[in-house]
Amino acid sequence: MSKSIDQVFVNAKQWLLSWLAGSPGWVIQLASILINIFMLLAVFLTLFALISVLERKILARMQNRYGPNRVGPFGLFQPIADGIKMLIKEDIVPARADKIVHFLAPVLIAAVAILTLGVIPYGRNMTPFTIDGGILFFFAVGSATELAVFMAGWASNNKFSMLGAMRAIAQMFSYELPLIITVLPAVMVVGSLMPDRIVSAQAGYTFGLVPRWFVFTPWGGVAFILFFVSGLVESNRTPFDVPEGESEIVAGHMTEYSGFKYATFFMAEYIGMFAVSGLAATLFLGGWHAPVRVLEIVPSYVWFFLKLSGLLLVYIWIRGTLPRTRIDQMMNFAWKFMLPMAFTCVIAAAVWHYAGRGLRGWLWSLVVIVIVYSALSILLDTRRKFAPRVYRFAE
Amino acid sequence: MTPTLQAFVVVSAALFSIGLVAALSRRHAIFILIGIELMLAAANLNFIAFWRFAPQPHQPTGVMFAIFSIAISAAEAAVGLAMVIAVYRHYHTTNVDQLDQLKG
Amino acid sequence: MSSAAFVIIAIFTLAAALAAATLRKLMHAALSFAVALVGLAALFFLLGAEFVGLALVFIYIGAVAVLIVFTILLTRRDVGKDRGFNWAGVLIALAVFCGLTWSILKTQSLSIVAPHIRALTVKRIGEALMTGYVWPLQCVGLLLTAALIGALILVMEEKR
Repeated sequence: MSKSIDQVFVNAKQWLLSWLAGSPGWVIQLASILINIFMLLAVFLTLFALISVLERKILARMQNRYGPNRVGPFGLFQPIADGIKMLIKEDIVPARADKIVHFLAPVLIAAVAILTLGVIPYGRNMTPFTIDGGILFFFAVGSATELAVFMAGWASNNKFSMLGAMRAIAQMFSYELPLIITVLPAVMVVGSLMPDRIVSAQAGYTFGLVPRWFVFTPWGGVAFILFFVSGLVESNRTPFDVPEGESEIVAGHMTEYSGFKYATFFMAEYIGMFAVSGLAATLFLGGWHAPVRVLEIVPSYVWFFLKLSGLLLVYIWIRGTLPRTRIDQMMNFAWKFMLPMAFTCVIAAAVWHYAGRGLRGWLWSLVVIVIVYSALSILLDTRRKFAPRVYRFAE
Repeated sequence: MTPTLQAFVVVSAALFSIGLVAALSRRHAIFILIGIELMLAAANLNFIAFWRFAPQPHQPTGVMFAIFSIAISAAEAAVGLAMVIAVYRHYHTTNVDQLDQLKG
Repeated sequence: MSSAAFVIIAIFTLAAALAAATLRKLMHAALSFAVALVGLAALFFLLGAEFVGLALVFIYIGAVAVLIVFTILLTRRDVGKDRGFNWAGVLIALAVFCGLTWSILKTQSLSIVAPHIRALTVKRIGEALMTGYVWPLQCVGLLLTAALIGALILVMEEKR
């Protein structure tokens, strides 16, 4: 029974495809791909609408307000109202803008964000596109985001847009390194770039109790935190929203966009956030595996989306808690702390592997990480460098 | 009908020639760099095509060559663009025709 | 490997490359360059070298294209002054293309179809890189480090 619920979407797709039985192979293949794309878009656009209203409500609660509560029950129809508003707004293109690039930038950024969703396994047998180098595909396609942001900033022909785009690229470049290097230990230990393999390598329970997720090993835990912080930067969220800091440079690269193009940027940002969180869940939180053996009767996709929403909740929580960082602090943090720690994770994973993947490996890799961490905190002289800035002339 | 090796090599030759156009006729340093990158990309296409059409089975030699050449062209682009910036700081131009004196 | 896909991708790639070589605006040329490389990656996919295609997109779109547009931005005072166009270069390139095509079409051994191959998995590439090609790999690592340091020193502000 639980197995059939688990596979309900896979079976539904097979049933739909059975209508096409007898037609040539490429038609069935095309139909299968189209069904995948349709489902992906349907699920994630709904999730986007839901999260955009939930974020506003949760943030409001954190700030002792009510948040949107006028449209529909509990304000849940707010995204529809927003969508209508965005659609009927005038689409303004600046006279001196580079029209073609100005148009292409939001298209590219949305396409890239949606493409990256394709390689994540959402449940047992539920990866939309299974390719051998899935993780590489994720980052290869995702790296085009930088180009899209740059196109937006350059084409607008506006100094705020340009400044925002330059900040965005500087920050995305710096944090892409730790983002990718923290993936390496998981890939190394599994020996595959396929997200499916990485998920299935995290099956089972140690002592029948603790799930074998990578986040429960020292290297995995550290890598997960680093990955999460880098993901926060890559999706331009508070506290790293320097590129679009409202109080500094209007809206960064999106300054000259209005109406539906702006909505596309907004959507791409959220979908990028889903993709990074999904990958974090896949790589470190066991993908669609249940946390306790008893709960394995709950369908796999439920677990995946629970983990995803948990991570998204943390994103919103951080946004409600932390102020914006300074750009120089951010860069220092990326190059002097994140990058060495990411490399340490790789070494710690190797130590864990060669010490037998048991308790001994666990302790040794913890030792490696603790040594590097304390060395870094002494060498970087954090107490002085990250102290509050002293304003010499402003007083 | 499937494309033969000839078709791939002709495409590669065309890509190389387009790269040559960019490298020889444009006067902006960045265009020259783009041209060189295009020519390298054409070479990569050749490596991959000859690997794919060679009698099998064997080591993925062509693929290895392409991977190394991509890495090297990335290094080349980084150094080349750094040079463009350095030259621009000195002469306030990136037109290669105007960079005709040895005096700094 | 179908002929239609090959023709479409090849035309797409060559058109984008031609745009990259001839467009007047530098930024448009740089973006067309990125598009041409996506087309090239698609050709690699067609040839069964998925890993190389992905690596190409990753390195060229993610790093080289962004570097190029960034450099265009940093040397912005010059944009729009690119009036000189050397027609001799076009002639030479055309001659090269004609010569290459003539010799390719004359060579009989090139008109073969692709044999069936075992899929080239990432695992096989990784094994080859770590066994037979380990020294070249180290050399590339050294080269990239040298390029990194060299590029940094080149663009460092000169102290007066």
